[in-house]
Amino acid sequence: MSHRPIAFHFRGATVEIEGLAPGTTVLQWLREHRRATGTKEGCAEGDCGACMVVIGELDAGRLRLEAVNACIQFLPTLDGKALFTVEDLTTLAGGSLHPVQQALVDAHASQCGFCTPGFVMSLWALYENRVAGVDRDQALDAISGNLCRCTGYRPIVDAALAMHAAPRVTLDRAHVIAALQRLAGLPDLEYTAHGRTFLAPKSLEAFAQARLQHPAARIVAGSTDVGLWVTKQLKDIGDVLYTGGVATLKSIATTGERLEIGAAASLNDAYDALIADHPEWTELKRRFASLPIRNAGTLGGNVANGSPIGDSMPGLIALGASVVLRKGAAERELPMEDFYLAYQKTALEAGEFLRAVRVPRGRNTPVLFRTYKIAKRYEQDISAVCAAFALVLEGGRIAQARVAFGGMAATPKRAPACEAALTGQGWNEATAMRAAAALARDYQPLDDLRASAAYRREVAGQMLIRFWHETGGAREAAVRIEDLAPVAAAGARA
Amino acid sequence: MNKAATARETGAGQPVGEAHAHESAHLHVAGAAQYVDDLPELAGTLHVALGLATRAHARVTAVDLTAVRSAPDVVDVLTAADIPGLNDCGPVIKDDPILATDLVQFYGQPLFAVAATNREAARHAAVRAKVTYEELPAILTAEAADAAGSHVLPTVEMARGDAANALAGSAHRITGEVALGGQDHFYLEGQVSYAVPCEDHTIHVWCSTQHPTEMQHAVAHALGWASHQVSVECRRMGGGFGGKESQSAQFACIAALLAVKTCRPVKIRLDRDDDMEITGKRHDFRYRYEAGCDEHGRLTGLKLHLASRCGFSADLSGPVNDRALFHADNAYFLGDVALTSVRGKTHTVSNTAFRGFGGPQGMFAIENVMDDLARLTGRDPLDVRYANFYDPDPARGRNETHYGMVIEDFILHPLVAALEKDCDYRARRAAIAQFNATSQIIKRGLALTPVKFGISFTATFFNQAGALVHVYSDGTVLVNHGGTEMGQGLYTKVRQIVATELGVPIASVRLSATDTSKVPNTSATAASAGTDLNGKAAQQAAAAIRARLATLFAELKGVPAESVTFAGGEVMSGAERMTFADLVHKAYFARVKLWESGFYKTPKIHYDAKTRRGRPFFYFAYGAAASEVAIDTLTGETRVLRADIRHDVGRSINPAIDLGQIEGGYVQGLGWLTSEELWWRPDGRLMTHAPSTYKIPTGYDCPPVFNVAFHENENVEDSIHKSKAVGEPPLMLALSAFFAIKDAVGAVAPGQPVRLDAPATPESVRRAINALRHGDAA
Repeated sequence: MSHRPIAFHFRGATVEIEGLAPGTTVLQWLREHRRATGTKEGCAEGDCGACMVVIGELDAGRLRLEAVNACIQFLPTLDGKALFTVEDLTTLAGGSLHPVQQALVDAHASQCGFCTPGFVMSLWALYENRVAGVDRDQALDAISGNLCRCTGYRPIVDAALAMHAAPRVTLDRAHVIAALQRLAGLPDLEYTAHGRTFLAPKSLEAFAQARLQHPAARIVAGSTDVGLWVTKQLKDIGDVLYTGGVATLKSIATTGERLEIGAAASLNDAYDALIADHPEWTELKRRFASLPIRNAGTLGGNVANGSPIGDSMPGLIALGASVVLRKGAAERELPMEDFYLAYQKTALEAGEFLRAVRVPRGRNTPVLFRTYKIAKRYEQDISAVCAAFALVLEGGRIAQARVAFGGMAATPKRAPACEAALTGQGWNEATAMRAAAALARDYQPLDDLRASAAYRREVAGQMLIRFWHETGGAREAAVRIEDLAPVAAAGARA
Repeated sequence: MNKAATARETGAGQPVGEAHAHESAHLHVAGAAQYVDDLPELAGTLHVALGLATRAHARVTAVDLTAVRSAPDVVDVLTAADIPGLNDCGPVIKDDPILATDLVQFYGQPLFAVAATNREAARHAAVRAKVTYEELPAILTAEAADAAGSHVLPTVEMARGDAANALAGSAHRITGEVALGGQDHFYLEGQVSYAVPCEDHTIHVWCSTQHPTEMQHAVAHALGWASHQVSVECRRMGGGFGGKESQSAQFACIAALLAVKTCRPVKIRLDRDDDMEITGKRHDFRYRYEAGCDEHGRLTGLKLHLASRCGFSADLSGPVNDRALFHADNAYFLGDVALTSVRGKTHTVSNTAFRGFGGPQGMFAIENVMDDLARLTGRDPLDVRYANFYDPDPARGRNETHYGMVIEDFILHPLVAALEKDCDYRARRAAIAQFNATSQIIKRGLALTPVKFGISFTATFFNQAGALVHVYSDGTVLVNHGGTEMGQGLYTKVRQIVATELGVPIASVRLSATDTSKVPNTSATAASAGTDLNGKAAQQAAAAIRARLATLFAELKGVPAESVTFAGGEVMSGAERMTFADLVHKAYFARVKLWESGFYKTPKIHYDAKTRRGRPFFYFAYGAAASEVAIDTLTGETRVLRADIRHDVGRSINPAIDLGQIEGGYVQGLGWLTSEELWWRPDGRLMTHAPSTYKIPTGYDCPPVFNVAFHENENVEDSIHKSKAVGEPPLMLALSAFFAIKDAVGAVAPGQPVRLDAPATPESVRRAINALRHGDAA
């Protein structure tokens, strides 16, 4: 570790920062210190996307460009990375509008214009990452972290579909890669200002050591939740130990028996790995959070944060996942359901940290698996209830059942009564109904802004009924509203 | 997909009628459009955060600000006692304190303001106050206020004929109750004001506001100053939607008071959560109704009770609730009718203007009645709606509203018929019935609903506007008017209007920031009337300059002045021609006045608030939408699959901008009626106070099939270029999505009455389904 300034690539050169509190957000630095006001603050909690910037990072020698919310990214997390904002685009395009910007103008896609720079950056990341054109679903996912209150989105989607039509304007990646390679040679960051230290070790050993030395430091990964403690709750989070510098924590490894996802792997990468084994995760990935939150946020962060409404845990618990906890050089493994002790309290000891999540594969893999989310909005909402069901069927009977819910208790939690009602039974509607009724013995949910306790109790059972329809019932009953097209006028079913 | 936008793109070359880009579009996309918080800050600028009450209704027994004052970087603290003038920022009635004194009336009410050298320091300091309260009983909902007789304003009755007698004689009768939620504006740019003290007791305030003049007045009153000491400027807002009409005043006042108190520039930019906790929203309503009809579903009598939650103060609740009454007919002749409007006083944030301004709440009620009558009579809801439409033929006696206005421009018969055909309503209705007959879990629904929306401020005196047009000696043009730009394209349309009048390319015309020191005594940019009013005023000013230039040209060229035309940057008569710039240059040396003011007041309108009779509206804007949805009856989740819209913008001044208003209005209305739920904790704290908890539509929610067409026609009244206002009316097109959801819910138990409360969240939909299946009390 070395005391040195934060160093990152910005506007074509290396910027060094000293003296600013580690809790300063990227957005505050841009707007208040650089007076670069193209990037806007709409909510300061990562939900509206007016502050969208693009971060460039080296990934196996290639440049990885991802849109993130500047309002909840701490400035020291930029160390060793490249930062791009809306002001860079006209520079890239030689002083005129970039094709992404021109497409938005041509589609009449801005009204009040306040959200527009954020959309520009989300679409620019998509533009850079896709050389050919994009389809509507890709466009919608790319803007899933951007709110617009004026247009109704149709012209923005049209602009996304049209932006590749103009002569291509691309980033000089070689220049950025060279700059990032130079920055990669800097020692591990230990940045101190205003009495607070930000540590960003690069090796697992150094991270484990730092954890032992600073057991009170707050471990921060994507800061998609911790960021709000600072911007909304005005909390002093103290010293910070950042996982994002440790390459091995981002690794995802698959063997015959298990999938191991490093704690700092992004939600996007983690879900892609989960989907490879269980395509049933696909919808949850899309709905988990917006793309920029999935870019910044990590699976380890979601799991270790231990929120009762974290969407990864029900599915992981249902699949029999475990957590790998490390303290110094020692590691232990716990079933994920045993990791949660009480509301926002986990089994982590002082000096210990979550190193990885393991998901079993192969023979033990459940035959039937689903995870569902209920929220007021399809995209980028927090669950009222999140459910996961995994059954192993043997000879037409349920040999093993694992059921877990989020939003129903103070922690993500298995449903023993429901599981008991399933185990040993034939997988049929009567079993599903009995198991759904048994959920009443498993959970006593609360009333809150997302749903009433009554609705939560009811819909939890309905999700199990849906699971039955999709895995054992009539095909027709397995239709989802997400998959429907409007009826055809001639009267044919769409 | 959207032919409307391009229909006139290749039009005749006059700027008016063409799909020009928003005048700031190239700045929006580059991040170069300046909003108040983007302006360069003057040295010494202080930043403000507010201290908020944590009780819904309480006496304040002590406020200890010692820790606030001693917090790092704090420069000053403002309390009500420091206000030299009037501690009030209410737009109509003086019941809206800038800072609360000894009485707290809602959870989140500002008690004091702290100014520090940076925003973070101010925010950290503000939470260090120690306030002690003596709690008082709080009334939190519209029903509770109605039951308790707690009102911000007296109850208003609006009636015609004998509703009770008509109901008694009706062939069929229904009664119903339904609830409709409010809506947060969620403008992307939160409330912000930046006040700079100037010489000799004057102040300049940059404010994100729809109503600079009212801000000027509020600031002057708070300071105890005269209007000519205060100037307020707004180049653009990052969205308004009604939320920056009166609600911006509190923050303009606080910034100005602290600027004068500290003799330093002072900026207040609210954190999103504070913004949503402090500022008013769309009124939520509770309705009770009793309706009678004949066998065709034609209304034969109606009693409707509308109870709204106004919050702790009157704000604009009077005119909002009045507009709900004016629009309780929507498109339908009501006959014998008795409406009762109760304006509930509650210990919640003071509800305010929001796109539609009560109109949507009036329409929601009557569309529920239409829907119920269709279910009762077993007829298609569209046929019931047709049967109840106003009839433009005076001979049949169904052309007068319940407030005595004769409807002269009713175009919904052809408009709805065209939409019905274009969207294949009947065939799709049959296909959906067939789908629902076999699909047990997923149900589809379809609804086609009309909109008739009255254009004008219902307070007649607001219907005036002024503009300034400057032609500089190089032939370029600068326009200023009293309207504000919130994204709706007002500046773009006025630019087109002035360019057309002077026959110059739009590039020759710029708009400058709205500023009370340029055009005075302006009305709010509201009621959809921005272009109607300011466009006419600017047109008049430009026409006066043009007439002077034509006279000069006629003199120079020896042609009759009447023969002179202006187009394409040239002035011509027969073979004689000259560039506009050359003529202007000559005009300057000939000492011709090259600037002019314009003034417009809407003709024909009048309204008597005592008799509740008159012609409050210059004309009506019409539209209709057909929405198709699917619902998951297991969970109550819904999705809009397709929307078809046909909307009346008269002769469009800018089809691209009008299309944007229509689509954006629909989606905003969709949010109001589906995912946007305001939820209060039992102690009165609003818990949905940020986008993490309050869910406006995202891109996914935009209907994947979305067809929008203009209903080609022109305004029968002499509006600006025969166009029609388009800001508010499209919001109510989203009622079609709500009633499509209700249609799908109804498919669970055909023929049964359905109660569906808005917003139609998954929980609300499930509640409606449960009531149908089990006869649960709704």
